[in-house]
Amino acid sequence: MADASSCLLDLRQVRMVYARPGGEPLEVLSGVDLKVGRGEIVGLLGRSGSGKSTLLRIAAGLIRPTADEVLYRAEPLRGPAAGIAVVFQTFALYPWLTVQHNVELGLDALQLAQAERQRRALEAIDLIGLDGFQSAYPRELSGGMRQRVGFARAIVSDPRLLLMDEPFSALDVLTAETLRTDFLDLWVDGRLPIEGMLLVTHNIEEAVLMCDRILILAAHPGHIAAQVRVSLTHPRDRFSAAFRAVVDEIYAGLTARIAESAGAYTGLGQLLPPVSVNRLNGFVEMLASPSYGGRCELAQLATALALKVNELLPVATALHILELVELRQGSIHLTAAGRVYAAAGTEERKRLFREHLLRFVPLASHIHQVLEERSDRRAPRERFELELQDHLSRDDADRTLQVVTDWGRYAELFAYHARSKSFAVGSPAL
Amino acid sequence: MLSSVRPRVAGWQDALAIAVVLTAIVLLGAGAREMFAPLDYARPGAISLAPTALPLYTLRTLLRMLAALVVSSVFTFIYATAAAKSRRAELVLIPLLDVLQSVPVLGYLSFTVVFFVSAFPGSELGPELAAIFAIFTSQAWNMAFSFYQSLRMVPRDLDEASRSFRSSAWQRFWHLEVPFAIPGLVWNIMMSVSGGWFFVVASEAITVGNVQIALPGVGSYVARAIEERDLGAVGWAIVAMSAAIVLYDQLLFRPLVAWSERFRFEQTAAQVVPRSWAGMLFGRSRLFQALHAHLAPRLQRVAGARLEWPSLPGRRSLAPFPRRLGDGLWLLVIAVVVGYLVWEFWRFARASLTWDDVGVAVASGALTLARVVLLVALASIIWVPIGIAIGLRPRLTAIIQPMAQFLAAFPANLLFPLAVYLIVRFGLAPAVWLSPLMILGTQWYILFNVIAGASAFPSDLREAAASFRVRSLRWWTNVILPGVFPYFVTGAITASGGAWNASIVSEVVSWGTTRLDAGGLGAYITRMTEAGDYPRIALGVAVMSAIVVAMNRLLWRPLYAFAERRTRLE
Repeated sequence: MADASSCLLDLRQVRMVYARPGGEPLEVLSGVDLKVGRGEIVGLLGRSGSGKSTLLRIAAGLIRPTADEVLYRAEPLRGPAAGIAVVFQTFALYPWLTVQHNVELGLDALQLAQAERQRRALEAIDLIGLDGFQSAYPRELSGGMRQRVGFARAIVSDPRLLLMDEPFSALDVLTAETLRTDFLDLWVDGRLPIEGMLLVTHNIEEAVLMCDRILILAAHPGHIAAQVRVSLTHPRDRFSAAFRAVVDEIYAGLTARIAESAGAYTGLGQLLPPVSVNRLNGFVEMLASPSYGGRCELAQLATALALKVNELLPVATALHILELVELRQGSIHLTAAGRVYAAAGTEERKRLFREHLLRFVPLASHIHQVLEERSDRRAPRERFELELQDHLSRDDADRTLQVVTDWGRYAELFAYHARSKSFAVGSPAL
Repeated sequence: MLSSVRPRVAGWQDALAIAVVLTAIVLLGAGAREMFAPLDYARPGAISLAPTALPLYTLRTLLRMLAALVVSSVFTFIYATAAAKSRRAELVLIPLLDVLQSVPVLGYLSFTVVFFVSAFPGSELGPELAAIFAIFTSQAWNMAFSFYQSLRMVPRDLDEASRSFRSSAWQRFWHLEVPFAIPGLVWNIMMSVSGGWFFVVASEAITVGNVQIALPGVGSYVARAIEERDLGAVGWAIVAMSAAIVLYDQLLFRPLVAWSERFRFEQTAAQVVPRSWAGMLFGRSRLFQALHAHLAPRLQRVAGARLEWPSLPGRRSLAPFPRRLGDGLWLLVIAVVVGYLVWEFWRFARASLTWDDVGVAVASGALTLARVVLLVALASIIWVPIGIAIGLRPRLTAIIQPMAQFLAAFPANLLFPLAVYLIVRFGLAPAVWLSPLMILGTQWYILFNVIAGASAFPSDLREAAASFRVRSLRWWTNVILPGVFPYFVTGAITASGGAWNASIVSEVVSWGTTRLDAGGLGAYITRMTEAGDYPRIALGVAVMSAIVVAMNRLLWRPLYAFAERRTRLE
């Protein structure tokens, strides 16, 4: 797309595989292409486990990919490079250094004279709105101010490329909004030395607010599933129709893939999202309430509940798997069974849940069947762990079993004894 | 380990506690001298050097350790509970505990030996109890502190919930307070036992005046081997002790730690669940299951009894008026007791000690102090960089950390003969070359704490440093050293405390009839012990305690507070 001169960062066919002791290697990223051009903010959107943080760390030179090429300004990247700076989700401030010294650390590689270090650090502190706090220790600052230190430290060395790893996600909504707006203003006014940015986030609105191009990462293994261009001018208005249209487009893409992937695995390889029954029930009840009347746009729901995508999507996916809801083009509808479920009392709900669990979650019916066939009506968890590991990675297998345990317990389909680590038929006995 | 640093005790309480402890030591010495005269307990030479005798000796040593552990646990439950439940008891017990922690265990071994031997004349029970008491004193203070702190930190909501169920104090103790304290207590027991091997070995064979005691055990075996100049036997003892430590770890502590996990208060699941093969084996064995089925209901009935605490002085929930009166009386009692003790101390000291004696003891103390400071500094220079290098590599940490823990637990006094042999062989100067023995066993605390600190160093801070390409010197001074500093301080406190204790057995050593004396306070105490000169033993212990207490107050505690303040983010 862009020629070498206008391309800051160029990741080509990046693949990342982690070796695991005593298990098959885990592939986190497979064949990812990513470019960041000059004057561009690129967003990486995806849920947790999709490898977006890994991708950012590869771009920062903090970890080496297993295969293929990473070019920074048309040169291969080997380790952390001059001109690339990172803003961390957790701020990564050194508690024993003052604000000024934390910021000066960003200049360390440049080997400047002491006076010059101080001058530049103070300049960055000023620009980012921290003046007066130079001699404070991080513990004396609020979360928002701490992340300002993170930003000041990142821009103090005049980097060309800024990598941001969910920089606002540890902040409350208001603080995040202020910091985001302040930072965007600096960028739009051209007061930052930065030429391009890569933003990792799981907040769709944040991505649409900031980025010129959004890449959507899908998991298992991580790959780029879609790209959305945002050609709105800054400052962007969250409530404008054009803005909403982009947000809806992204949601539609996400829901389409849920439906697709839920349909794709029907055997034991089905990956169950880690959602408790309580959450499922709460969600169904809310959807059935008169204010929604059984259907809703996901984007609207996310705003109303102040939920991030990575919190909302697993719930939607789980309900979709259980066929209590249906996902269509970025909106979510209760199915007929879902409506009955929402209106039912506890016992009736458990019965319905049990039925759906047996019909739509092959693992649950498999466990049930194995227990029924055994003379002592018990089976160790290990047995299913090994079986699942034929289809899933070890961690996924473990997580999926945890979910099915929770669901099965609620449905009273089987009991699980934590101490002996075994499943048994029926309701739990001591 | 952190329990050696505690900011809660006020200065005046401290001073009084020091006075009380020192006086008690001195008076014990005086009493011992009087009751000692008619005793004659000597049975040297009963120890066999045959390697085949060693397993049984090792077992005796293990059992001694286990007995001390049981006694320490009982003491912990009573002492710490009293301190936590009663404000007035707390006023006395906590400062006392704080000072007791600083008194070198091996220093007053001679008094306790004499005391127990005279309490059970002619029986082996006397020295046996004395040895167990020595191990007890090396563990109990730490454990009691840990338990006391847990009791004071029981989450308010859980406490209120159990009060709202109208549980009795006894029920609350077993259903809430003990379970809550268990993870911390188990960890502390593990560390205490690790330190305790040193004392069990040292307390088995001891000479006080004309009383020579050699209890069957690994310590006596080594003492005998030294007399006979038998290097091979020393080797066997090292093998046996290593096996014993590994067994203790695998059979007792791993299961205990795995079991204590279930009492962790955090509601989120732990990332790495400790497992124990031995614990699983016990759990599956029929014998254990039968035992459990039999005992559990009975224990539950005991724990469920609706008992209330006996009314301790100054219970926390009394009405304000009688409380003030009671407090006044209580303080008066304390003042009278302390006053009496101080007067006794003065009277005793004037009768049997001169200012010259004090001068000699203090001068020796200065020599040992110089050694301790120098050696801790030296060990830090060596082990801090190595510990950091290891701790930042998870794979290496997984291999080295258990080794460092094993080395810290291994009683270094078993290795002394090897060093002494070399010094004698090559005619080295004892005043210099005996010094490293003091830190031989305790330097590992520095190593493994630094490893722990480096491996706990937040990965985001590491990544930030890498991404900003922070370079070598500044990386050390600004990034990693401040990060591991609190861990280092914890390790250094333990190492220096251990070094003081070790000085008593390492500043005077012998090989057959050859005797090496490095001078210093440890040597002073040892010489006085062998001569049976109780007032001067007491003086030596008092001076050593005073130096250790001063070092804790003036150096370690402020350093620790500083480290903690700096690395805190909230």
